[in-house]
Amino acid sequence: MDMAIALILSQDGITNGAIYALLALALVLVFAVTRVIFIQQGEFVAYGALTLAMMQSGVLPATVWMLVVMGALVTVLDGGLALKAGQGRRAASVAGWNLGYPLALAAAVGGLAVNELPLAVQVLLTLAIVVPMGPMMYRLMYQPIASAPVLVLLIVSVALHIAMVGLGLLFFGAEGQRTPAFSEFSLELGPLMVSAQTLWVLMVSVLLIVALYQFFERTLYGKALRATAINRVGAQLMGISPTLAGKLTFFLAAFIGALSGVLIAPITTIYYDTGFLIGLKGFVAAIIGGLASYPLAAMGAIAVGLLESFASFWASAYKEVIVFTLIIPVLLWRSLCSHHVEEEE
Amino acid sequence: MRADRLVLGAFLALLLLVPAILSPYYVTLLNYIGLYAMVALGLVLLTGVGGLTSFGQAAFVGLGAYTTAALTTATDLPGWLAWAGTSPWLTLVVGLLLTAVVAMLIGSLTLKLSGHFLPLGTIAWGISLYFLFGTMESLGGHTGISGIPAIGLLGWTLDEGGEIYYLIWAFLLVAMLTTHNLLDSREGRAIRALKGGRIMAEAMGVDTSRSRMVIFVIAALLACASGWLYAHMQRFVNPTPFGVHIGIEYLFMAVVGGAGYVWGAIVGAGVITVLKQWLQNWLPSLLGATGNFETIVFGLLMVLVLHRAREGLWPILKKLVPVRAVRKTIDADAEPLPRRTLPKAGELILEAKDVTRKFGGLVANNNMSLEVRAGEILALIGPNGAGKSTMFNQISGVDTPTSGEVLFLGKPVAGHDSREIARMGMSRTFQHVKLLPTMSVLENVAIGAHLRSDKGVLSSAWRLDRAEEARILKEAARQIERVGLAEHMYEEAGSLALGQQRILEIARALCADPCLLLLDEPAAGLRFKEKEALGELLKKLRAEGMATLIVEHDMDFVMSLVDRVVVMEFGQKIAEGLPDEVQQNPAVLEAYLGGVE
Repeated sequence: MDMAIALILSQDGITNGAIYALLALALVLVFAVTRVIFIQQGEFVAYGALTLAMMQSGVLPATVWMLVVMGALVTVLDGGLALKAGQGRRAASVAGWNLGYPLALAAAVGGLAVNELPLAVQVLLTLAIVVPMGPMMYRLMYQPIASAPVLVLLIVSVALHIAMVGLGLLFFGAEGQRTPAFSEFSLELGPLMVSAQTLWVLMVSVLLIVALYQFFERTLYGKALRATAINRVGAQLMGISPTLAGKLTFFLAAFIGALSGVLIAPITTIYYDTGFLIGLKGFVAAIIGGLASYPLAAMGAIAVGLLESFASFWASAYKEVIVFTLIIPVLLWRSLCSHHVEEEE
Repeated sequence: MRADRLVLGAFLALLLLVPAILSPYYVTLLNYIGLYAMVALGLVLLTGVGGLTSFGQAAFVGLGAYTTAALTTATDLPGWLAWAGTSPWLTLVVGLLLTAVVAMLIGSLTLKLSGHFLPLGTIAWGISLYFLFGTMESLGGHTGISGIPAIGLLGWTLDEGGEIYYLIWAFLLVAMLTTHNLLDSREGRAIRALKGGRIMAEAMGVDTSRSRMVIFVIAALLACASGWLYAHMQRFVNPTPFGVHIGIEYLFMAVVGGAGYVWGAIVGAGVITVLKQWLQNWLPSLLGATGNFETIVFGLLMVLVLHRAREGLWPILKKLVPVRAVRKTIDADAEPLPRRTLPKAGELILEAKDVTRKFGGLVANNNMSLEVRAGEILALIGPNGAGKSTMFNQISGVDTPTSGEVLFLGKPVAGHDSREIARMGMSRTFQHVKLLPTMSVLENVAIGAHLRSDKGVLSSAWRLDRAEEARILKEAARQIERVGLAEHMYEEAGSLALGQQRILEIARALCADPCLLLLDEPAAGLRFKEKEALGELLKKLRAEGMATLIVEHDMDFVMSLVDRVVVMEFGQKIAEGLPDEVQQNPAVLEAYLGGVE
């Protein structure tokens, strides 16, 4: 291996690492606020990438219909409750957001010639379709059992993961997709060619991390989420609705997932089930941060990305094995540091 | 004949007849159900009973299958290993050993951490092993290994579905019996305490990390045995059935069937296997595409089960079969458990010297000293926030003082975990009652005797522990009668009133045969008569030479019972002495009633 190869591998590693870092941040956030281990994060990545790809090939993305169905279910549940309580205006607003919005979106995407729209609009439409599924999923699947033990929530996540993979196969087919790069130019840095997409990934990741930081430090909602993460009951007593916190968290996680998918779709071929492995690598990073520390998780993500790209050079067949074995020393270290017995929730 | 035995007998007879009645298609289906149920059984133990879970069980199945496949088909085994390839029965032993080692490695990495690290660790392990199977040339890569020999048993060769059927179901039934026995034993009670009762179990001397390891290894071994049977039934292995998604399917079987019940494993394996067959035939034609669409149904079904019937199907089915639970019998002739020699009355048992505990700038305990002697009851009282609970934690070893020390029987308490302290003879109750609500009062109390007995997992599994078990139950029953809960002995502990639950905790603490009893607000929630009875009991224990430290709010109760009182306020001792003296002490009056202007 010479310097040039090492540089190329590092570039790949850091690009992927940036994506893993975003996913790891979302995983830590979801776990801290809702105690849900968000296994299906990877599916949001795949849904984001493949929805965009479907739009570009001029097909109406089937994820729109999934959004309509989920929205209809939420409308029945929440709208029904509101009507029972005699809150007609609330029921109308529930129906508007959960039924009106998906239908309007379906009409827009179906009516426009989406493959001829500029890329930025396609990306926006993709996010508009995939991201609302996050809070809807929280409403339908987690809210009824929000106080269940971590283990039960984890099993629900796993169940939703495999259901989403199955649906992914149904929606997108078994073929892999790759979308065109956001822009064509590339940057020459000494011996290294940095592609525009790499710059996009890094730039968006950094921007998103800064934005999230600002959100959590400066805004009331961000602080409400932090408060919920630290003490759920205490936050509830201060008037922070755990339901709102859950939906907001899932919104952020779905946004991060779908955006990551859109960003990497030009770099790697995405299949309906690719998301799982990508999400799990985010997990390895999150575990490095103990599912609690954001900076450690982000650094872990870069390490995972670098390890993966160098491993694929030296022993490509064993790439996955090597990446997942990385958690062993981390777990060992954590295990040696922990002394006290704790009660599981 | 007991109704439960009758139902079981009918089920076994039916199983025996199946290959004669049903077509080979159904026999094969039942073979798969048996194999899957064995893996699901491990998850029942791990998830439903122990509150842990693993997504890597399919990888353990693979380890069992690939071990036997590689060893029995290899032609050039090195000399030291050549013996292993000669018979499938030897490769079973090798596979089980290998699995045990791997499970212990994974367990030692993750089991000390919060419960969700095990499933995450096993996902990683499952994926890694799956890729290893797929890439290692010596294991046949993605094409796999074929030509695996059939199992020979007493001159028979089990090379047909209808033959290996008996072996599979015999394995499963033995595994079920073993698991059932294990859960109904000393080790079983420790395992059942893992879900929601770890702190209590540790205080009773149970090594809960070890118990977690035990169930994880057992679950892995069951999966490995299933893999061994699978390899010799199919006579061919490839990596596909051992991926993480199949590991998830195993978990579904356990949860759908009823993760807390041994029979839930069979129900779950049956339902999921049949449903999968049916969906795989039906869904692709409905959806007009090929693929594993049954995962959509499984995933949503799973969420529905967890929302609506978290206990799974077995408890629902059980109501249809009119079989009542059999009560445990207490053997009055069982030999009593050995007792420790209690220190002589007046001997110093517990001594706290200048204990200070600071939390940052807050001094919760400041230079607290107290001592308790054998045959004496000492009360620690004080207004809310005085630091009583912090002091209790320093004494019981839950927390470590910033400075000063606590000596129990002359040995420092600091630096020892709750188990060692329990072993030394200190037994406690909890301010917020900690018991296992779905277990009977008798079994809850029996946990207290954990350290007075020593039969392990293997003797429990094969019923070699019955003599000792009878002694434990007799002791538990004796303590229950002693505290006056005899009429509730077989009820679920969670159904008792709060006051009675506190009394149950005292019985459990007594079951450990301690020489120092630490009681945290034992009279809270008791009615007048119950308080009187509790007072009588504590007086009786005192006469026997027990040393008791009691933290209590009920002044009437304390003042008529105890020998000496220590009063705390703002983390410091403000008075100490006989109950009558303390009641006259101006500092105490001020602390409780406010100063006199």
